[in-house]
Amino acid sequence: MGCGSFAGDFELKIGTPKEIFEGEARVAMTPDSALQLQKLGHDCVIETGAGAAAGFDDASYKTAGVEVVKTAAALWKAADVVAKVRAPNDAELKRLRADQTLISFFNPAGNADGMEAAAKKGATVIAMEMIPRISRAQKMDALSSMANIAGYRAVIEAGNNFPRFFTGQITAAGKVPPAKVLVVGAGVAGLAAIGTSTSLGAITYAFDVRPEVAEQVESMGAEFVYLDFEEEQQDGAATGGYASVSSPEFREAQLAKFRELAPEVDIVITTALIPNREAPELWTEDMVKAMKPGSVIVDLAAEKGGNCKLTVADEKIVTDNGVTIIGYTDFPSRMAAQASTLYATNIRHLMTDLTPEKDGVINHDMEDDVIRGATVTHAKEITFPPPPPKIAAIAAAPKKEAPKELTREEKAAQEVAAFKQQTKNQVTLLAVGGALLLAVGLVAPASFMQHFIVFVLAVFVGFQVIWGVAHSLHTPLMAVTNAISSIIILGALMQIGSSSFLVILLAALSVFMCGINIFGGFLVTRRMLAMFQKS
Amino acid sequence: MDFGFTTAAYVVAAVLFILSLGGLSGQESAKRAVWYGIAGMALAVAATLIGPGSGFWLLSLVLIAGGGAIGYQLATRVQMTQMPELVAAMHSLVGLAAVFVGFNAHLEMGNVLAMDEAAKKATEGFAALLAKKDGVEIAILRVEVFLGIFIGAVTFTGSVIAYGKLAGRVDSAAKKLPGGHFLNAAAAALSVVCLIWYFNTGGFLPLFVMTLAALFIGYHLITGIGGADMPVVVSMLNSYSGWAAAAIGFSLGNDLLIVVGALVGSSGAILSYIMCKAMNRSFVSVILGGFGGPAGEQMAVEGEQIAIEADGVATALNEADSVIIIPGYGMAVAQAQQAVSELVKKLRAKGKNVRFAIHPVAGRLPGHMNVLLAEAKVPYDIVMEMDEINDDFPDTDVAIVIGSNDIVNPAAQDDPNSPIAGMPVLECWKAKQVFVSKRGQGTGYSGIENPLFFKDNTRMFYGDAKASLDKLLPMID
Repeated sequence: MGCGSFAGDFELKIGTPKEIFEGEARVAMTPDSALQLQKLGHDCVIETGAGAAAGFDDASYKTAGVEVVKTAAALWKAADVVAKVRAPNDAELKRLRADQTLISFFNPAGNADGMEAAAKKGATVIAMEMIPRISRAQKMDALSSMANIAGYRAVIEAGNNFPRFFTGQITAAGKVPPAKVLVVGAGVAGLAAIGTSTSLGAITYAFDVRPEVAEQVESMGAEFVYLDFEEEQQDGAATGGYASVSSPEFREAQLAKFRELAPEVDIVITTALIPNREAPELWTEDMVKAMKPGSVIVDLAAEKGGNCKLTVADEKIVTDNGVTIIGYTDFPSRMAAQASTLYATNIRHLMTDLTPEKDGVINHDMEDDVIRGATVTHAKEITFPPPPPKIAAIAAAPKKEAPKELTREEKAAQEVAAFKQQTKNQVTLLAVGGALLLAVGLVAPASFMQHFIVFVLAVFVGFQVIWGVAHSLHTPLMAVTNAISSIIILGALMQIGSSSFLVILLAALSVFMCGINIFGGFLVTRRMLAMFQKS
Repeated sequence: MDFGFTTAAYVVAAVLFILSLGGLSGQESAKRAVWYGIAGMALAVAATLIGPGSGFWLLSLVLIAGGGAIGYQLATRVQMTQMPELVAAMHSLVGLAAVFVGFNAHLEMGNVLAMDEAAKKATEGFAALLAKKDGVEIAILRVEVFLGIFIGAVTFTGSVIAYGKLAGRVDSAAKKLPGGHFLNAAAAALSVVCLIWYFNTGGFLPLFVMTLAALFIGYHLITGIGGADMPVVVSMLNSYSGWAAAAIGFSLGNDLLIVVGALVGSSGAILSYIMCKAMNRSFVSVILGGFGGPAGEQMAVEGEQIAIEADGVATALNEADSVIIIPGYGMAVAQAQQAVSELVKKLRAKGKNVRFAIHPVAGRLPGHMNVLLAEAKVPYDIVMEMDEINDDFPDTDVAIVIGSNDIVNPAAQDDPNSPIAGMPVLECWKAKQVFVSKRGQGTGYSGIENPLFFKDNTRMFYGDAKASLDKLLPMID
């Protein structure tokens, strides 16, 4: 049975034991999921009382055709595939036997001993948190389904401890301001929290290090909190849709923004987790101190140390300034019926992939991205971490053609090149201009050249001066140059003293027209300029 | 008075004129700069009056005063929206004056050449200057006179037509007589023939024929340019009037005329260049009226224009945090700048970020919108240039387009066959919401369909801009 395939006459049993973990109310199999599993050709078996905490009694399992066994030992013995929620403890690992398949959360990155033990026994372990985040695998992505519940429950839990309404109301008994909720981390849990919070009527803000989720945040009705930060924010697509560690500068900008928000917000829900690392500290002690009494912080990262260092895992504490900090790690378990239904469905979908022929025969296909990715031990070997999936989780956003940061040498080289080009242009221009001038000078008499030089210089000065004129002053410039161009009056004035009547008449007319122009032009310019004023 | 004194006065005047133009680099220094210009002009006129060569100075003063009175009336009465017309009209005066002065130079030249040596010695003023010239100099003088008259005549008719178009007295559409550029070329060729003729004979007839040809060129050139290109035309004519003055300065041997003419000429040329660049059009194609029919099939515009009423606009404005207003010529036509200013005041009082985005060719004159907004007491530090503000549209809640069309046309970027393809435009459609205040569904001045009006986030606020805004104002609270 090298590749985990079973003989046809062998009745494959999928079994779910009662969760041993303290306070865990979820169960990995529901009567509904059992019916579906049987359609795949599998038999189902469950330990007595396994579903009780989630609201599923033994009778309903029996009705669904599930065999109920009395003890955990009997179940582990009977089942070929064990599906459960929490990672197995030592006792459970001991019960694991060769060629048995275990499907559960396993925390492979922090559970080397467990993997070692399982591999030694020759058991196959599929870790639910290792299901790759690709579209095809979404139906078995238990992290997402559990995070969804956690996000929802976090808001409910916060509301439970928040002494005011979420929604703003104007009542006969007075005006109630709406609550302000800040959700940090817009992953599945964060988005679920945003949705819940906005539908309860709170003003919701959300922050995430991945700017591309802003659109999702806004689609859920919250306002995305943007940072004034220069550095390109990370593209989550590069890391499989998960956040990765940010630069210290970015972190500073982020904390500064939070500090600014802290006195305003009533409820903070932090969901920032980085895979296989301690949770980053995002809500510092001084921010907690800055919050109003009665405010609530729900730290969904409590299990990994918390996004707020004051958080105590699995506990609700109240700080000196009256801020409630909730550090429960069992939000999904607090909604066991819902969580179990979703989790059991995830398991069922995984089984569907493992049983492609629907004939009760498991084909553990290590070529399949999803199965390979989630399998941490197989055929006596530890197969964690998996190779990168063949399909990228999310299509990476096409990198915008960012203006390339030039090194100093490149910049200097460019400047030199530009300077050279400029020099070349200028020299050419000067040479051509000079040659032309000389050519004119060859034929023209000196008296003409005198004026000509004045002319060329004036054109030159004009070009130099006009480039500096502000764009908004182009109309006044026009009016002024118009007034100035009536300098032609000088010509008329010089000619008016002529002896010819016709000349005098024409000159007089010119003087008159220029008079209009001079006064009109300057006055209009003054009128315009007087109107420009600063605010 | 000595000739030396006049020259000295001219030098001072020239410096003052340069300072006057240079001072326009800033709003505040500009106020001082005008006085430099006025002082320069006063000095130049006074120096010429008391200098050698002028006579009838009493008559001159009376004429200047008379002209000044009319100019004063014009300048104080003119509406700021009529600035383009006024500037164009005044250019025509300069052009005509240049023609007259040129003719005078020709007449004097004829008189002086007819004199014998004794009489030449007895001449004074301009005639004395001419009397001293030898053969080559006379030949050069003829060319200069010819050029002065030519440019002056083109400026004259061109400005008259530009005035007519801007004032709405002449159809603003680009029109050409049958024959098109050929007529222009023929008239230009005729002028060249006249130049040679005049150069050799010095007779009056070639000069006169050339004047007629130049008048025709001025008329036909500007008729062929559409209304949307008027900012370029006005600054171009401004440039011409400068070159005309410079040419006359050569023929009169007056350095101040040359200096000022060259200053004005280059200033107008640079302005035209800036305008053309802003419209992504080559100078030559604007001047030759290259703004013709589309080069290929233009993209069909899909969707429909969705109208909105004042209350809808008011709601959006009340909710918005950032607003950008894009004024255009339509605002000027409707005299809506006061209402716009009022709106801005109200919005700003509520702490909203309200700014203006000014396209370089908005209006009919370079900088036209700035002047109108300044008149309505809009603070100039919230009035932004296109380059300053174009990147801010995606973060803007509401963009209001008031009476502009081509400068907010996305086809300039999207449709390579659009007549305005490649022209930089204000990307107002990137704002969350766009309101367009417009009289009706027509395509406006340039006749180009604008896809902006059909976009999903665009709402059309039909009606006269001023009436619409007046309706809107009481709803802003």
